[in-house]
Amino acid sequence: MNSQPNYMANYLPILIQLGLALGLSGGILALSWLLGLHRRTRRKLAAYECGVEPVGDAQNRFAVRFYLVAIIFILFDIETVFLIPWAVVFRSLKLFGFFEMLVYMAIVLAGFFYIWRKGVLDWNTPERAE
Amino acid sequence: MTLDLHLWYVPLLCFAGFALNIIFGRFWSHAVAGVVGVGFSALAFADAVWVALRWLGTQTPYLEQHGNWISAAGLTVPFGFQLDQLSLVMLLVVTGVGFLIHIYSAGYMAHEGGFYRYFALLNLFLFFMMVLVLSSNYALMFIGWEGVGFVSYMLIGFFFRRDSAAKAGLKAFVVNRIGDFGFLIALFLLFQRFHSFDFTSIFAQARTLPVETSGAGILTAICLLLFVGATGKSAQIPLYVWLPDAMEGPTPVSALIHAATMVTAGVYMVARSATLYVRAPQASAVVLGIGGATALFAAIIGLLQRDIKRVLAYSTVSQLGYMFMACGVLSYGAGIFHLMTHAFFKGLLFLSAGSVIHAAHGEQDMFEIRKLSPGGLRKYAPVTFWCFAAATCAISGIPGFSGFFSKDQILSAVFNVNKFWWAIGTLTALLTSFYMFRALFITFFANPEGTAEPSPSHAHPSGQEPSEVADHNTLPHESPAVMTVPLIILALLSTFGGLVGLGDRFTKFLSPAFQTGLPPATGPAGSDTTVFAASITVALLGLLLAWWFYLKNPAAPRRLAASFPALRALVFNKFWIDELYGAVIITPLTVVSRVLLDRGVEQTIVDGGVQGTAWLASATGNTTRRQASGNLRSYAAWLGTAAVAVLFYVLVVGFRRF
Amino acid sequence: MHVPADYYLRILPELVLTATAVLIMLIEGGARLGSRAALSGTVALIGTAAALASVAVQSAHRGEAFSGMFRVDGFSLFFHGLIIAATLIVLLLSIGYLRAQRLQRGEFYALLLFATVGMCLMAGSVELIMVFIGLEISSICSYALCGFWRASARSSEAALKYLLLGSFATAFFLYGIALTYGASGSTNLYVIARSLSDVLAGHGSLILVAAALMFVGLAFKVSAAPFQVWTPDVYEGAPVAVTAFMSAGPKAATFAVFLRIFYVALGRYSHTWFWMIWVAAILSMCLGNLGALRQTNMKRMLAYSSIAHAGYVLVAFAALGEHGISAAMFYLACYVAMNLGAFAVISNLAQQNERFIDLHDYAGLGFRFPLQSVCLTICMLSLIGIPLTGGFLGKLFIFKAAFQNHLVGLAIVGLLNSALAAYYYLRVIAFLYMRPATVEVSQPQRSLSMNVAMVACAVGVLWLGIAPNSLLNFVVHSAGALTGR
Repeated sequence: MNSQPNYMANYLPILIQLGLALGLSGGILALSWLLGLHRRTRRKLAAYECGVEPVGDAQNRFAVRFYLVAIIFILFDIETVFLIPWAVVFRSLKLFGFFEMLVYMAIVLAGFFYIWRKGVLDWNTPERAE
Repeated sequence: MTLDLHLWYVPLLCFAGFALNIIFGRFWSHAVAGVVGVGFSALAFADAVWVALRWLGTQTPYLEQHGNWISAAGLTVPFGFQLDQLSLVMLLVVTGVGFLIHIYSAGYMAHEGGFYRYFALLNLFLFFMMVLVLSSNYALMFIGWEGVGFVSYMLIGFFFRRDSAAKAGLKAFVVNRIGDFGFLIALFLLFQRFHSFDFTSIFAQARTLPVETSGAGILTAICLLLFVGATGKSAQIPLYVWLPDAMEGPTPVSALIHAATMVTAGVYMVARSATLYVRAPQASAVVLGIGGATALFAAIIGLLQRDIKRVLAYSTVSQLGYMFMACGVLSYGAGIFHLMTHAFFKGLLFLSAGSVIHAAHGEQDMFEIRKLSPGGLRKYAPVTFWCFAAATCAISGIPGFSGFFSKDQILSAVFNVNKFWWAIGTLTALLTSFYMFRALFITFFANPEGTAEPSPSHAHPSGQEPSEVADHNTLPHESPAVMTVPLIILALLSTFGGLVGLGDRFTKFLSPAFQTGLPPATGPAGSDTTVFAASITVALLGLLLAWWFYLKNPAAPRRLAASFPALRALVFNKFWIDELYGAVIITPLTVVSRVLLDRGVEQTIVDGGVQGTAWLASATGNTTRRQASGNLRSYAAWLGTAAVAVLFYVLVVGFRRF
Repeated sequence: MHVPADYYLRILPELVLTATAVLIMLIEGGARLGSRAALSGTVALIGTAAALASVAVQSAHRGEAFSGMFRVDGFSLFFHGLIIAATLIVLLLSIGYLRAQRLQRGEFYALLLFATVGMCLMAGSVELIMVFIGLEISSICSYALCGFWRASARSSEAALKYLLLGSFATAFFLYGIALTYGASGSTNLYVIARSLSDVLAGHGSLILVAAALMFVGLAFKVSAAPFQVWTPDVYEGAPVAVTAFMSAGPKAATFAVFLRIFYVALGRYSHTWFWMIWVAAILSMCLGNLGALRQTNMKRMLAYSSIAHAGYVLVAFAALGEHGISAAMFYLACYVAMNLGAFAVISNLAQQNERFIDLHDYAGLGFRFPLQSVCLTICMLSLIGIPLTGGFLGKLFIFKAAFQNHLVGLAIVGLLNSALAAYYYLRVIAFLYMRPATVEVSQPQRSLSMNVAMVACAVGVLWLGIAPNSLLNFVVHSAGALTGR
């Protein structure tokens, strides 16, 4: 199967990095557990040592609008991220790059226009029944 | 002189009739639709006669092409038509008999709904039949082949208020598809071997090939597969089961499609492929065997049928068997001769039967018909009676009638090759004569006992034509002239049509179409005295027996049946072949399909796995509930399993190879 | 940085479709017009027609575009034309269908067009990442379309099933791409082919595993057995117009990808993947036809039938070489025409809430609704494979190719299957013309666009069956170009 004995060796750095990451995170946790004090009082085990007392079950149903906003956030966030590599090579792209990005932004804005008009961003109106 | 026959006009005329009726027919009265339907078939026949008259002057094979249907990927199939002696006979028989049946239908179907639709389909049938017999290559022939099958399917189910009609149509089509399966494989093999579908090119190449005497080669395979197609279309063992059920269609349809023309397409195809068959003696032996066996088998079943149309259906199967016997001994001329006379007398028999059914207000059971007509039906419907009698004499081989000449040619040809099958054929002739005269005597003559006929021993599925006006008080009556005139013409043809074959004239005329490049395997089919005497004897003996059993001594059949109850049940129930097919083929398919339908194969298999896992899981203390999305999970499990199987396969291959 | 104008012309259909879809989104978000959906539908139609026309422009500019990611050759042109034509038909029928179902929302058209963009990208790209992106664009739109009928629980269930199982299968495909890259060092199909021809034998099993994984993903998308499990449920649950769409465009596009990846990039390993295709072909034909045999729900019956037809295409696939590819391409064209025609009639007769979707509802309709019945009959005859219809020639070429490559067993199984399949297609015709009506089916709404869709498909089926030569020659030519490398 393996006529190139050093073929898998290419992946050695990744393996080392994996080991390092595991070792570091595991090591820190282990160290704090070993070295730290363990005083299990009620106050210590509370979700927040200070601040508001948590109320009710965390696994509640909540409005689907939260998901919608979250997804839209991710979408626009990622679309915006594309601006960074574009900005880096902006000079070498010259005018072509400028117009390309204009087109791109127009499409993003069209999407924004759509969700805006559809009332996704409008937090106060009650959800329309389908 | 270059002859331009415009062969394509013939199918075109039929198609024009179809198109006009299907598009405008709904707005037309019965009369207009009928005139269009009959008129275009008449035009087609007239054109066929015109073509025949012009072509008979030269008698050289004629070919015409109208562009290419397929021309790509190394495959060229032109819209090509050809005319030779074989095509000419088929052309005239199909358009001629077709035209007569169109006229008859105008009377027979006059009171039915969907009159225009009926004529449209009938014209369409003629169109496809023309394509079938005139095509110059196998691919175009297949268009006609499938086309006639489809139109036949539509016409069998024409009386859509009958559930059995739709079922019979489906059965006919699916059984035919099995035959087509063989035909198609043969087509692929032909193309593989000869790189063409053209008759001319294939036969020219085949002529250079040796006869496959020592072992079965590609030609044998091709011929056998073509014959599988022929057994489907021409209702031979083991695919004959659809034809008796096809009698659910209107009677003129049975006459045209299921007696005179479409069912003989298989014979035509085998005869057309004569060049191949003479080089595949084993395949020809199979053709002979299947033909002979079918002839006998169907004749036996025909002995005890009560439904007049079913008697005729089994006799059609049996007569087709004769034609294949002729092909099996390489006397294609005799086979085609019988095909022609059979088209006359069997078309006539069906049309007369239709006239009888019409007269008897839709009754099809021969014994019931006899009860309806005190003193015998022949008194009420004399024309029908004489026509039916002429046809019966013809099919039974009474000397002088057309069937005698053609059957005698076949039997003497078989006699020269194989005495065993000749004996079978002669026995079949005896049975044929017997059951046909039985049908004649029961249907048309008064009950000699003078008492009411005993009712059938069990419920009989006698389909009734919807035209039936359930008024059994009125006596039977003769059919109108529009129906009797075609009967008379066909009766004349059935009686005297055999004379064209006197002294082998017909066979000699056809022989250029069967230039196979080999000397004829048998001597000229001269009428051997033994054969001649035997044929006459059995025909008359059958007549005599039927007379004795059904007119002279009517108690005898019952006594005979009582002494052999098992045999009678076996024959009466048609050897339970339908039930056998049902149990062996249809039930397993249905069961598999039902499993798929109810649960899906995925669930059937995967559910087992999932439930097994679930049992394992709960046994080990975990609580695994099957949720509403259970089948989604099992789908995913199925996908995963299949993917693992694929991966496993490549890993095995990969490790073995590298 | 210089991008030749040709590059844009080479993806012109995609550009037109994207612009149209964005425009529809703007219309939907725009002024509160009374007939917004009608406007969107019209815009979608015009845009798709323009895209179809721009395939002609594309064909005048053959060649590669965008660093060899995209390729305009006969093969991709054929699939561009087929996919966009299919979308056009689906648009025509869904305009009437959505009105009948009271589902008139422009997003439907936008999703349809975006899905088409994805499929066109699949047809044209010769680079695995681009293929994957195209596949995902079309898949995600299909998932959403499946659940478009939100009031129906079945529709939502179908969407969820399709989404979950589809993502599962896509993961296989993506993993296959990754391994291909690992084995060959490229994602460009032609570069892969070149590098695989000179790498050491040691990578053989890696590329085989990659091939197997891609096979799983693609076989799922074309609903080939044994990866067909989702098909009946999803096809049955989705709105008819969407079922029509899913059974046509995505199937064709995925087969385009399938053929291109396996013939171009993995052609060297055909002796190995051949058997996967062989087994899948036999399983698909048998399971599809047996499953359809007793179905009475029209959608579910056609779902099983589409599995069987995927099997027929796989027969052509397994037949290797130019004959096989051209047969597969031609068959796909026929399949799209006849299947869309059948679905167009079904969606017309279904009426509000898809009340009339069972075979028994079709009893006796032949004389009441002649146009619909004739179109459905033609499509059914073609699905059976009766001569003078596209279905017959398609099967003829497939089995001819199989015979030529000595796959006699496969061809025989296929022919037996098509004999078996005649039963359930013919039953539809039997119900139309040979049974008295049992259910009072109300008059379907008159919809010009639906009628156009039906008639166009029926005419297309007949055209492919009677005068196939121009398309056949094109297909043979472009198939030759695909294997020519």
